[in-house]
Amino acid sequence: MPTIVRESYLFLSRFETDTIMAGHGEHTYMLLLSKKQDWLGNIRGDILAGLVVALALIPEAIAFSIIAGVDPKIGLYASFCIAVITAIIGGRPGMISAATGAMALLMVTLVKDHGLQYLLITTLLTGVLQIVAGYLKLGSLMRFVSRSVVTGFVNALAILIFMAQLPELTNVTWHVYAMTVAGLGIIYLFPYLPVIGKSIPSPLVCIVVLSVIAIALKIDIRTVGDMGELPDTLPIFLWPDVPLTLETLKIIFPYAVPLAVVGLLESLMTATIVDDLTDTSSDKNRECKGQGIANIGAGLLGGMAGCAMIGQSVINIKSGGRGRLSTLLAGVFLLIMVVFLGEWIKQIPMAALVAVMIMVSIGTFSWGSLRDLKAHPLSSNVVMIMTVVVVVWTHNLALGVFVGVLLASLFFANKISHFMYVESEKDEERDIRTYRIVGQIFFSSSDKFIAAFDFKEAVEKVVIDLNRAHFWDITSVSALDKAVLKFRREGADVELIGLNEASSTIIDRFGVHDKPEEIEKIMGGH
Amino acid sequence: MNNEKPMVLACIDGSKLSEAVCDYAVWIAQRVDVPLKLINTIDHHQETATMTDLSGNLGVDSRDHLLEDITDFEHTKSKLRIQQGKAILQKAKERVIEDGFTNPQTCLQHGSLIESLKELEKDIRVLVIGARGKIHEDKPDQIGAKLEAMIRSLHLPILVAYEEFKTPKTIMIAYDGGVAADKAVDMVANSPLYKGLVCHLVCVSNKDNADDVLEKAANKLREAGGIDIVAASLRGKAEHELCEYQLKQDIDMTVMGAFSHTRLHDLLLGSFTVKMLFNTKRPLLLLR
Repeated sequence: MPTIVRESYLFLSRFETDTIMAGHGEHTYMLLLSKKQDWLGNIRGDILAGLVVALALIPEAIAFSIIAGVDPKIGLYASFCIAVITAIIGGRPGMISAATGAMALLMVTLVKDHGLQYLLITTLLTGVLQIVAGYLKLGSLMRFVSRSVVTGFVNALAILIFMAQLPELTNVTWHVYAMTVAGLGIIYLFPYLPVIGKSIPSPLVCIVVLSVIAIALKIDIRTVGDMGELPDTLPIFLWPDVPLTLETLKIIFPYAVPLAVVGLLESLMTATIVDDLTDTSSDKNRECKGQGIANIGAGLLGGMAGCAMIGQSVINIKSGGRGRLSTLLAGVFLLIMVVFLGEWIKQIPMAALVAVMIMVSIGTFSWGSLRDLKAHPLSSNVVMIMTVVVVVWTHNLALGVFVGVLLASLFFANKISHFMYVESEKDEERDIRTYRIVGQIFFSSSDKFIAAFDFKEAVEKVVIDLNRAHFWDITSVSALDKAVLKFRREGADVELIGLNEASSTIIDRFGVHDKPEEIEKIMGGH
Repeated sequence: MNNEKPMVLACIDGSKLSEAVCDYAVWIAQRVDVPLKLINTIDHHQETATMTDLSGNLGVDSRDHLLEDITDFEHTKSKLRIQQGKAILQKAKERVIEDGFTNPQTCLQHGSLIESLKELEKDIRVLVIGARGKIHEDKPDQIGAKLEAMIRSLHLPILVAYEEFKTPKTIMIAYDGGVAADKAVDMVANSPLYKGLVCHLVCVSNKDNADDVLEKAANKLREAGGIDIVAASLRGKAEHELCEYQLKQDIDMTVMGAFSHTRLHDLLLGSFTVKMLFNTKRPLLLLR
């Protein structure tokens, strides 16, 4: 459908002008600016929350490394690096960014086919693309992502995180099931204990208790140590060992683009969630740049690409974290713990990790959306469900969001096309038929527009009154041409009234639409 | 909100100085004949967490529940603070009416004081504020932590009250011959606020031409008329000499230009305005 292409092109042209105007007067050093209270406004809360988040980040970073098919240290280094960099230059204080499942899922085949070094260079390219997106202010494109698509995104993410745990739960002894269930029991019941329930993170209790049991009873089950190398030193600077050729670019570009897109999508969604929870605002375009720089940092220090994490950010806010300090400390605590407690972390049974990840997936899923299925319109439900289906099918959240946004736009276009009707009357004496068109005429309503004319009726003259019609695109104009030609062939004289006013909406003058008097001129009754 | 006349805005926080702030605001509003508005702000400090739950887990729809919990908690807290704010403003309003100003407006706003003032800036003729807020109210040698930042971010005359109100009869202009000081002299010459007062034009300078410059400014004020001018030339450390002069001559209010140097200059050499804010015992009217 060429008309859709045209429509999307119009949106693009608008963004181009926006960026050109915004490009001036903005400086890179702005990324380092932050308010004093962003760092020091909540010191006690930020320290405690940073600790809780660091404890929760360790199992997640390990689990996501396993999803991506790399050693746990790759995810742990990435989590440290991304958390610390976004703490300083990100646009949303209090948001937690690290290695994520959404990103890990996109790297699986890259790691399998080309190895770790290609993952690192892809991470760098992802960062560069995100910085470019930040400077082009593509963050504002988020407004095309409807609520249903966002819900579909988080639901699909939750399902994928859960599915990624299944390999740990198949072909294993009953011990693993028992431990996983016990772990979930601890996670959800421990907080009900008086006093200590709300002061010690229950996922930590789960991990410690299950590890102690596994070690004490010498149960032979898989542990984190079996999954690959853990960090034993601080991360070191490494340029990815790949040839810098066009060939390499051809391999990594198709991975870097969806990584960049998914990373920004989840980051901006999370930023909005944190905005709502804390009743404050954030700089979305700065966040895009911050995510990009954080990924470049991660790639250079031997980490995988990451983005903001919905679940962890909610845990941070719940634990009393608000400022940049909480995010910074989460990263620092994480690194200290894995480097110094590596021997202990190795002995954590995978069952404990699986329990934590099932918790994350339960917490990420929007259960309310299932209840809302009955209340929401069918079109919204279809958008949400199709987003989930496409993601679960392709393991690519970018594709899911693309399909969701496309469907939502089509449904919207369809809805608007109903806002059009044609009334007609005949002046018997002079043998004139007058059609009065009211409403929106564009690609989706053009057929309905043509069908409203009675070409079979033999009259002397036809008057088409367009005073209350709006032509939105060239499809609608050619539909009108077609109708006029048809009438003339049938021998009628055709007179058009109000064509200029009706077609004023075609012109791509987006800028003037912001002014009330211009909108009144175009959309009013003429 | 939009008056035809810019108003006197008094910042009220219910501390000990608030009464003096009311009194000075009434004094200015009556002399200059402009409306008077009392403002109190409820700063929510959103950068600080209000509730903490370290259980660290995520349950079914925990995002929605967390939002509900935080909202409920803050709702109750905000309601209480609105009541407090209204009570503070009511008390101030009564004081203002007692002082003889019949029709003060009041304004209760969410957000930080500086933000609220910046929004109102164009409607304000003079801002009146106490040197100390609630936190420091019992420490007469300290000033409010945000006072300097507030004065810097606003470009309007600000009267800083230090102690109980005393009707100004004798005022002092701290004059150093600089651009800001000349501007201050112009403003004094052209404002009805100072008519009928005794005004000491004081210059602390170690330069030789100080007396000439001082005489020129004094003449400008004399030409404007209605003000009784006493010119005095002192030598020594400016903030020290001025504060001493204040006490010796029983000056009721000091008028001066403020923060005319760049941030960098103040960072390296210290800001004279800040020194005066710390050392003075009498109200300061800062002209910007």
